[in-house]
Amino acid sequence: MNILEVENLQVRYRVGRRRVEAVRGIDLSVPRGGIVALVGESGSGKSSVSQALIRRLAANGEIVGGSVCFDGQDLLKLPMKRMRSIRGGAIGFVPQDPNSSLNPTLRIGEQLVEGLRLHLRLGREEAAERAVRILGDVGLSHPEARARQYPHELSGGMKQRVLIGMAWSCDPQLVIADEPTSALDVTVQRLVLDQMQQLASDRGTAVLMVTHDLGVAADRAEQVVVMRHGEVVDAGPTSAVLHAPTHEYTRDLVAAAPGLNSVRLSASAPSSAQAEPPHPLLEIRDLRKTFSLRRPGAAPEPFTAVDGVSLTVPAGRTVALVGESGSGKTTTARMAARIGTADSGSVLLDGRDVTTLTGDPLRQLRRDVQVVYQNPFGSLDPRLSVARIIAEPLRAFGIGGRREQQRTALELLDSVQLAQTLADRRPAELSGGQRQRVAIARALALSPRLLVLDEPVSALDVSVQQQVLQLLVDLKAERGVGYLFITHDFGVVRQIADEVVVMRQGRVVEQGPAERLLGTPDHEYTRALLEAVPGAAAR
Amino acid sequence: MTKLLRPTTIVSLLVVLLCLVMAFAPQLIAPGDPLAGTPRDRLLPPSAEHLFGTDSLGRDVFTRVVHGAWLSLAAATAAVLIGGVVGGAIGLLCGAARGRVGTAIDFVVMRFVDVLIAVPGILLALIVVATLGFGPWSIALGVGLGAAGSFARIMRAQVLRVRGEEYVEAAAVLGVRPLGVLGRHILPNAARPVLAMAALELGTAVLSVSAISFLGFGVAPPAPEWGALVSSGRDYIATSWWLTVLPGAVIVGVVLAVTRLARVIGEAR
Repeated sequence: MNILEVENLQVRYRVGRRRVEAVRGIDLSVPRGGIVALVGESGSGKSSVSQALIRRLAANGEIVGGSVCFDGQDLLKLPMKRMRSIRGGAIGFVPQDPNSSLNPTLRIGEQLVEGLRLHLRLGREEAAERAVRILGDVGLSHPEARARQYPHELSGGMKQRVLIGMAWSCDPQLVIADEPTSALDVTVQRLVLDQMQQLASDRGTAVLMVTHDLGVAADRAEQVVVMRHGEVVDAGPTSAVLHAPTHEYTRDLVAAAPGLNSVRLSASAPSSAQAEPPHPLLEIRDLRKTFSLRRPGAAPEPFTAVDGVSLTVPAGRTVALVGESGSGKTTTARMAARIGTADSGSVLLDGRDVTTLTGDPLRQLRRDVQVVYQNPFGSLDPRLSVARIIAEPLRAFGIGGRREQQRTALELLDSVQLAQTLADRRPAELSGGQRQRVAIARALALSPRLLVLDEPVSALDVSVQQQVLQLLVDLKAERGVGYLFITHDFGVVRQIADEVVVMRQGRVVEQGPAERLLGTPDHEYTRALLEAVPGAAAR
Repeated sequence: MTKLLRPTTIVSLLVVLLCLVMAFAPQLIAPGDPLAGTPRDRLLPPSAEHLFGTDSLGRDVFTRVVHGAWLSLAAATAAVLIGGVVGGAIGLLCGAARGRVGTAIDFVVMRFVDVLIAVPGILLALIVVATLGFGPWSIALGVGLGAAGSFARIMRAQVLRVRGEEYVEAAAVLGVRPLGVLGRHILPNAARPVLAMAALELGTAVLSVSAISFLGFGVAPPAPEWGALVSSGRDYIATSWWLTVLPGAVIVGVVLAVTRLARVIGEAR
């Protein structure tokens, strides 16, 4: 018996005068007490589905056909008033971003009480007691104290637990979780997902989990539905769909998913570079950086973001700098690339101390050291064409004439596997993966010897991520560039790193060759991080 | 696109086009001589022959309004250009200097700008006119300097916003020289709101220029100018309403049309 039966659901959006079909007739069912994962890349329509189920589409969206049968009644035909009582009551919802989903001006307890009083018609006192019990149920310590706190006093993981508690507060029969953990670190993600699974099995709640992460789906779901371009391409029990994929698209997705796939990427073409013993290209010695944290009503507190970090990037090698958010990995990378200044310690390039360079000598350093940023939407000037963006470093250093620069730009487009016809486009007309390739092409324009890549693939879909990583591996083999690769994702580390440095709270906890560190980690923190990577069930 | 097809927008566009014709080719609309009067026809009310009537010297008011467009509009445009360029430059430099070498410079200059904004624009323009002598170009300078403060503030705020964008940092990390970053990345991305404001400011400038001319600091008497026309009709307001009301209505119409278009341009972005 299924709690939710979706038949031929169609959703479309009005964009200007055009109509965009986001969901083209999908069928979906969730059994009572079962966990179903709805998987797809961005633009596949999976979020439109989850919003359409509870009739909370964006203002320009409309449901044009199909039926959503929940517990025997068609939700699409119910009057709005009935619908409101079902939302939050019989159907709970866990939103994507815990940081913007709680009202910052209300205490945690008050926000839980609101739903309880509305749906269960509890009295004020009773609801308050129940709220505290719910906070305890989702694993928060000191639930009485938490209920009196404001959202900003809680961490992201704690807030997501509160939201999970909220979704389960009125004993729902179904909970829809839209990317419930994509804003969280892996270790926190694991705890939050454990909590959700626990609640679902204790209370017999059905869960529809919308996610882009195949690893999460493989670990947690009993059934998987794979969406692409608004259609269901594959569906069935998790073991059948993900472990032995039959559909071509699913197979590609599984192959690209870093959590599921531990295969190291190798260069497509055999390396032309000689196997010379790598010399240290970049050396960082005992780098420190302290910020002062200002809190209202308190004296500024010093906060040590990076505390004595040393590492070496050999020429032509990939060193992955791994850590969770707040570990100081980005701050370290920015100092290594000489974007930020260090409080103490030194940065050596080819044995030359570049820690204190300023003005023109620092500018000349850019011929050797280039940076690729995390967000391909922010790092390209929206007003320039792709060709001009790529040629910009050449222009800045006066290399070649205008025509020659244009030609180099086109060659670089080739080498990052983008069509030359894109040269006249502007960044807004490109997809995320294309933009990140443009950013890589730009960074390569000066033939630098070191690239600092700050989470270069974390904003991209898995299949695109795979292509960009392959590109990076190929370029390394071709040009002998050294990479300092910042990431939070061990799946990515497995695919490309030669050496791994694990950071936590501003310190290096462990470093060593990738094979050893990923196989037999010494430090328990590294082990915990590795175990938390979703997709363990599939490996 | 639909915004451009609204009736008010179309009317505004027609009014502005008419203004341009009046400024550059007044002969097309009013072939007569704005300075020649026929004493016999003094103070005639509006009629088919004299659309806006005639003044105390028997000159056709319509002809004088059409021929006065050039001075009024040119002075207003010059005022906006002066204000935009001077204010924009100050804002750009202050925004760029802040946090690097020139936090102190930024502080001092922006406090000066605060004073500039605090002083009423008309008063500031009158001070400039009184110092440099009467005439449309000193009015333009005065009105322009009065607007420069607001331009500087907007430009500075935009520069500070754009400076925080990742592509600006990326450009510096690519090895682009600081001045190159300023000219190639910061200025083009910061200039849009400033341009929208310039369009908006044009309507205000037409009004300010006319107001100061009305007070008698503008062109020397026989030459036609909108503010001066309203002013000279003041003595006859009890008997000949058309001398003040009709040129005044033209000023109001032009200001409304320009402001309306500026808003459409601003919204379209």
